[in-house]
Amino acid sequence: MAHPSSYEPTTGFEKWLDARLPVVRVMSDQFITFPTPRNLNYWWTFGGILVFMLISQIATGIVLAMHYIPAADRAFDSVEHIMRDVNWGWLLRYTHAVGASMFFLAAYIHTFRGLYYGSYKAPREILWILGVLILLLMIATAFMGYSLVWGQMSFWAVTVITNLFSSLDLVIPGLGTQLVQWIWGGFSVGGPTLTRLYSLHYLFPFIIAGVVVLHIWALHIPGNNNPTGIDVKSSRETLPFHPYYTMKDGFALVLFAILFALFVFYAPNTLGHPDNYIPANPLQTPQHIVPEWYFLPFYAILRAIPNKLFGVAGLIGAIVVLFFVPWLDTSRVRSTRYRPIYKWFFWAFVITCVALGYLGSQPPEGGYLILGRIFTAYYFLFFLLVMPVVGWIEKPKGLPGSITESVLGPVEAPPAAAPPRRQRQPEAAL
Amino acid sequence: MAENVTPAQFPIPQHEDDHSRRDVIMIAAGGFAAVGFGLGLWPLLDQMNPDQSALSLATTEVDLSHLEAGQAITVMWRGKPIFIRHRTEKEIEAAKAVPVDDLIDPIARNANLPDTAPATDQNRAGKDREPWLVMIGICTHLGCIPKGQSPGDYKGDYGGWFCPCHGSQYDTAGRVRVGPAPQNMAIPPYAFLSDTKVKIG
Repeated sequence: MAHPSSYEPTTGFEKWLDARLPVVRVMSDQFITFPTPRNLNYWWTFGGILVFMLISQIATGIVLAMHYIPAADRAFDSVEHIMRDVNWGWLLRYTHAVGASMFFLAAYIHTFRGLYYGSYKAPREILWILGVLILLLMIATAFMGYSLVWGQMSFWAVTVITNLFSSLDLVIPGLGTQLVQWIWGGFSVGGPTLTRLYSLHYLFPFIIAGVVVLHIWALHIPGNNNPTGIDVKSSRETLPFHPYYTMKDGFALVLFAILFALFVFYAPNTLGHPDNYIPANPLQTPQHIVPEWYFLPFYAILRAIPNKLFGVAGLIGAIVVLFFVPWLDTSRVRSTRYRPIYKWFFWAFVITCVALGYLGSQPPEGGYLILGRIFTAYYFLFFLLVMPVVGWIEKPKGLPGSITESVLGPVEAPPAAAPPRRQRQPEAAL
Repeated sequence: MAENVTPAQFPIPQHEDDHSRRDVIMIAAGGFAAVGFGLGLWPLLDQMNPDQSALSLATTEVDLSHLEAGQAITVMWRGKPIFIRHRTEKEIEAAKAVPVDDLIDPIARNANLPDTAPATDQNRAGKDREPWLVMIGICTHLGCIPKGQSPGDYKGDYGGWFCPCHGSQYDTAGRVRVGPAPQNMAIPPYAFLSDTKVKIG
C-alpha cells in the first residue's frame, strides 16, 4: 500500500492467483517485507500481543458458547457445569476470563506507548482514533461478557451500568427511563436482558476484528512511529518485518504468555470478585459493588463527581477525550524523550490512572473521595490544559538528525560507516 | 460593473426543465427508500422493548395484616422490589417536620398524584393511611437496593434507607436527603383494597 510491492510470484499457480486475487502479494508486502523502523523497542511488541489475545478470546469464547445457556434461571448453573463437567471446561473458562484481563493489560500498555511516543500525531490521527474505537468496543464486550456469568456482581454491574442511561431523564424527563426499559426488555434487569447481552457479546469481537484490520491498514500507510518520533529518512533505517519483528514480537509474546499462564493455572480467581460465585439475586445488592480491575479508574471518576448526570458525563468523557488527543497536543515533537517539561506531566498522568484504579476499589467516603476528586481533576486537566499549554511553552531538547544518528551520534562523513552487513535487508524490503 | 456582465458569461441551461423533473424523481425515489428503510428497521429495534408477557405482570396483591408498626416487608412487582413500611409515630413526625424547600428533590414522585405534587409526607404516604409507605425500593442513582428493610440494617442519618453502592441516604418518607441520587424513591400506582390488603399496579 504505502511502499512499493516487492512480491514476485514464482510458481504458475501464484502467478495465476496474483492476477485474480493478489492476497499472497498483500500478505507478503504487509507482513513479511514491510519496512519497519529498526529502532523499535519492546513497548512496540504489544500490537502483536493484542492480536494474539483477540484470537485467543474468540477461540475460547466460541467453544464456551457451545456449553453456556443464556437463560436467567440456568446461566449461573451452566457456568458451573462448564467448570465441573465439561472436558477442559475449567481451562477454557479460566483462559477466557483471565484472558479479558490480559487483553486489557496489553491494550493499556499499548495506549500509554502511543501516548508517550506521540504516535497519535500527524499523519497517524486516524490510526489513533481507530485504536480508541477498539478500546471502546473492548470495554463494551468485556462488560457484556462479565454479565453472562449471572452472579451477584454480574447482575448488579448490569443494573448500575444500564442505569447510567437513566441520567438522560435529567435532560429530557422520561427519555432515560424509556431507553433503559428498551435496553432491559422489561422493567428491571432480567431474562430478556441476558439473552440480548449474550447475542451482542458474540457479535462484538468480530466487529473489533474488523476495526483491527482498519487499524493495521491505517498503520501501514505512514508506517510505524518509533522511539525517537523522527520520520524514517531512508531504507537504511528500516528492517523487513519478517524475520526481525516477527522474532521480537514472538519473544515478547512468549514472556507475556508466561504471565498469562501463571494467572490461569495458579491464580485464576485473583483478578475476579468472589461475590460473582453467588447466583444473581435481584432483591439484594452486594455490600460493595466493584467492577473488574480494568474498569476501576473509570468507576472512580463516576463516583468522584457528586451529581448523577455529570458523573456519567465524566465516565464517558474520560474515554471520549482520547479521540481528540491528536489535536489537543500542540507540540511539534512526537516523542516525550525530547520533551523535558511534558515528561513530568506524562508520568503524573500514569500515576493518576493507577491511583484512580486503587480508589475505584475503595468505598467512596472521606479521604478516598477527596483523593478521587483530585485525581479526576488531573485526569481531565492533563488532556484539556497540559497538552495544549505545555506544547506551546516548552522548548524541546535537540532532536537527532535521523534514527541512525540517535544511535551512532552525529554522522560526520556520508554514511559509509553504516554497518555493511545490514545493507542487504533494506534492499530486500523494496 | 453590472453592465459588463453579459448573458453570454452566464449561459442559461437549455434543459432546466429536464433537470428539475429528474430531481423530483430522484428525491421521491430516495425518500421512498428512506421511509422503507425506517419501516424495516422499526421491528428490529422495537423487539427489544418490554414484551407482552412482561407487561402482563402488572399487578400484585399484598396482605399486610401481620405487619406491626416499625416493621417492613419487600415484595416483587414487575421484577422490582417494593418496600412497604409500617411507620412508627416517631418516624412520621420526623418526616413531617422537614420543610419541602430543604429537600434535594421537592417533587413527590407519586404515581397516584399529579406530576407536580410537592414532596410533603402527606403526598408520600398512603392516602388517609399515614403509617403506610409503599414505594419502589430502588435507589434513583444507579438502581441498587438500599438497606433499611431489616431491623439490623444501617438506615443512614435520617432513619430511612441507606444505599450501599454510592452512599445516598433517604428519610422515613423515602425522600433523598444525601446524594448522589437525584430523586426521591418512586411511589408505584397502588390502592388499599381493605385495611390489611394493598394492590400494587
